[in-house]
Amino acid sequence: MTIKKHVKMGISALALSISLSAVAAEDPIKVGVLHSLSGTMAISETALKDTILMLIEKQNAEGGVLGRKLEPVVVDPASNWPLFAEKARELLDKEKVDVIFGNWTSVSRKSVLPVVEELNGLLFYPVQYEGEESSENVFYTGAAPNQQAIPAVDYLMNNIGVKRWVLAGTDYVYPRTTNKILETYLMDQGVAKEDIMINYTPFGHSDWQNIVSDIKRFGSAGKKTAVVSTINGDANVPFYRELGNQGISASDIPVVAFSVGEQELSGIDTGPLVGHLAAWNYFMSVDNEANYNFIDSWVAYTGDDEAVTNDPMEAHYIGFNMYIEAVRKAGTTDVDAVKDAIIGVTVPNLTGGYAAMMPNHHITKPVLIGEIQDNGQFSVVWETPSTVVGDAWSDFLPGSRDLIADWRKPMFCGTFNVKTGKCGASAGEQAKAAAE
Amino acid sequence: MSIPGLLRPLLCLLVLLVQMPAHAQQEDKGQALLQQLAEASRSDVQAAVVAIAESGDSRARDWLDAYGNNRLSVIKDTGKVVIVTNNRGRDWSIQDPLTGDSLGEMSRRELDRISINNALRTQLASLLAMMDLDVKDQKRRYEAASGLLGEVDASMVAPLQARIEKEQDSDVRGRLELALAIYRVEQGDVEAVSVLSGRLHPEARAALNNAVATGEPAMAAAASEALETVEQRLKINRAAETLYFGLSMGSVLVLAAIGLAITFGVMGVINMAHGELIMLGAYTTWGIQQVLPGQPGLALVLSIPAGFLVAALAGIAIERSVIQYLKGRPLETLLATFGVSLILQQLVRTVISPLNRTVVTPEWMSGSLVINDALSLTLNRLYVLGFALVVFAGLMLIMRRTRLGLEVRAVTQNRAMARSMGIRATRVDIMTFALGSGVAGLAGVALSQLTNVGPNLGQNYIIDSFMVVVFGGVGNLWGTLVAGLSLGTINQLLEPWAGAVLAKIIVLVFIILFIQKRPRGLFPQKGRAAEG
Repeated sequence: MTIKKHVKMGISALALSISLSAVAAEDPIKVGVLHSLSGTMAISETALKDTILMLIEKQNAEGGVLGRKLEPVVVDPASNWPLFAEKARELLDKEKVDVIFGNWTSVSRKSVLPVVEELNGLLFYPVQYEGEESSENVFYTGAAPNQQAIPAVDYLMNNIGVKRWVLAGTDYVYPRTTNKILETYLMDQGVAKEDIMINYTPFGHSDWQNIVSDIKRFGSAGKKTAVVSTINGDANVPFYRELGNQGISASDIPVVAFSVGEQELSGIDTGPLVGHLAAWNYFMSVDNEANYNFIDSWVAYTGDDEAVTNDPMEAHYIGFNMYIEAVRKAGTTDVDAVKDAIIGVTVPNLTGGYAAMMPNHHITKPVLIGEIQDNGQFSVVWETPSTVVGDAWSDFLPGSRDLIADWRKPMFCGTFNVKTGKCGASAGEQAKAAAE
Repeated sequence: MSIPGLLRPLLCLLVLLVQMPAHAQQEDKGQALLQQLAEASRSDVQAAVVAIAESGDSRARDWLDAYGNNRLSVIKDTGKVVIVTNNRGRDWSIQDPLTGDSLGEMSRRELDRISINNALRTQLASLLAMMDLDVKDQKRRYEAASGLLGEVDASMVAPLQARIEKEQDSDVRGRLELALAIYRVEQGDVEAVSVLSGRLHPEARAALNNAVATGEPAMAAAASEALETVEQRLKINRAAETLYFGLSMGSVLVLAAIGLAITFGVMGVINMAHGELIMLGAYTTWGIQQVLPGQPGLALVLSIPAGFLVAALAGIAIERSVIQYLKGRPLETLLATFGVSLILQQLVRTVISPLNRTVVTPEWMSGSLVINDALSLTLNRLYVLGFALVVFAGLMLIMRRTRLGLEVRAVTQNRAMARSMGIRATRVDIMTFALGSGVAGLAGVALSQLTNVGPNLGQNYIIDSFMVVVFGGVGNLWGTLVAGLSLGTINQLLEPWAGAVLAKIIVLVFIILFIQKRPRGLFPQKGRAAEG
């Protein structure tokens, strides 16, 4: 069996090297881009598509990788979750792409998961998410909750002295899971239950009067209060506007947001919001040469002098460079070889440090807390002393506490239970089961 | 009054007098103060800020203001402190803080911001407030005094007391006394509690809550008694507030639905692109603001007729190209107009941008109308409420008092009869649809002040609009008004205890049940035409 396998591998390597030398010039590496270009999520995802296209252009200008050029294959899943799965299948089956960069919402990722696992693809997912997942075929270059939510709460607790908490979110899986984690974490830290207020609102909620007035009342009970916001996308604009109009300033009740970045702020007059906070792993305002160069090339690429960069764009920057590095290391674009090679790959990030791909397919990231400024940018007020390793399975949720993910052999499992010593169902199987 | 308290202003005066003639050499001093701030480590920043505030320099306020607004930067090469006057884009314009002269533009890479955080900004705010207490303008003094509520510390007590005695304006004095009383209650002074009794300001309530929590018997008793009167008054205010929230939300619903009440209610056309007509109105506002930068107010006023026109023209185009061919086929109309709505959305996405656009709120529409410390009505919503009523009255007038209104009513009641009386039904159709669409455009202008202006704006309102029209009774404008306002109020009444998600569901269930019972809505059309 092993001999056979070795022989097989040898032959395929031989065949590959022959085919490489023969068709190197005309056989490009196909890069699938799976981002919504229409529908609700187009607002966020269009920029990510352009980021990948820009990175490909730049890489090709430098001669590609392994002597091969890169070729983007862009599809539009139109903010339609089932369509994401179809488009992923199209990319892998029909277009035979070597790697996919894509998705924004968790539900779209869950829809794609079974497909990339079945067809053994590679997916780089660039957005902060709720964790509780690790797939053999997915690389999570956005933040897990312990790389964003927990450090932000720590900052509020230790540096600002917050004692009372409003956890406000949009009603879907990311805020619900994050808030569950935060609630457990806060209670572990000795916060009383009546000092935590949890509030969920529908997608695109626009009438915030009552909720903001509730928050104001909750905040006048004598203890320093802060709002931890997992409010998604569009709903933030009327929320912040209402905060401003009802006269809640950052010094009274600071709001720390996990989904508000430079791009969301570009739709708001930020004057009344100065001082409110956001926690990310990257800010456009970071004072760093690599970042300035990235911004310059982004501005040049888009042709828009006011174009902004944001955290998921940096995640794609890191993910893309990691992929290139892993392909170089593996000497091939073969999916299994790249999967093995990428663990441990370290590339510079845009904030002056390095990001490393960990065995659980998450990466190391610094956590930055920024305050909103009047020009729609954030100024960094605090950052973790070193980078934080992304945790696929939160330590603050029952059931997930005992799980670990390690995609190195011999464990090679995304849901290994350290108590029972068994490996659970794969992320794709779980997503499929949940959908049925 | 203590002697140091008296001495302090005197000393300041003396220092000022000494400095006056030496103004020429003083340049160096300001320079040194700023440099000290720029080079200060985290623990020294506060001292550096206080040093600037107490320097008595006339420019100190500008410097601290700039610092608070993140506008103080250091040129990396030379170490010189500058004020950034425009920090948008990659090249920032800078200014000499000492002379106020412009120093041109400089790349963001060359500048290092002097960092500030919330904790420091709060201290800075109270320092600035203390400086502002001495200005002539009563409004600024009042704002400064309000800013001091809950922020008073031991070093401010003496100057504040001195200030209270000098203060002529009773409002400002009241604020200052409240600020001092809050400080005293925080320090455990039982007598000061009586000042806070019945005060509605959140800081006063917070101080009383804390006093109760300390558990000291005399203090806790006094504080909880005072708190009771506060809570009593808060309850009344809360009820008024909820009512306002309800009416305001209702007015948005009315605005969004009233155009539909004409196209769907009166004409019977199911126009799924109604939301996109609203969106066009909002984008018109944005467009006009782009043409008239720096005059958001004027732009907003101009966009009222412009938004109406744009949406009305779009409406005519939809009517002529799609709807007229589908007369009497509601299902096909629904599908076709749904297609039109998707086309319009994607058109905006491709031509303008998939990103939301910033619509600036004019000065006179931001902030709120303060009734008392616990009740303030947000101005933008107040204007929208008024606007909705004006639009409604205008529409009523058109439908009841004009020739067009008469013809519209005639055509909808009996098309064949109206035509035989010489009314050009096709023309009436066009005019009515244009009117309904134009009103949707007006809704868009108003909504641009409340919510996101983006390609999805319309989608968020289409369901609500149909809900309101059906609930109110198809074909009845009064029904739309009453339905919109009451649905808004019900929603806001439910929200505090049911949460936003559940409140919405409850309202929907309520409407379903209501329509089961009364299929024609609140105010059904009467007469043979309606019942036939």
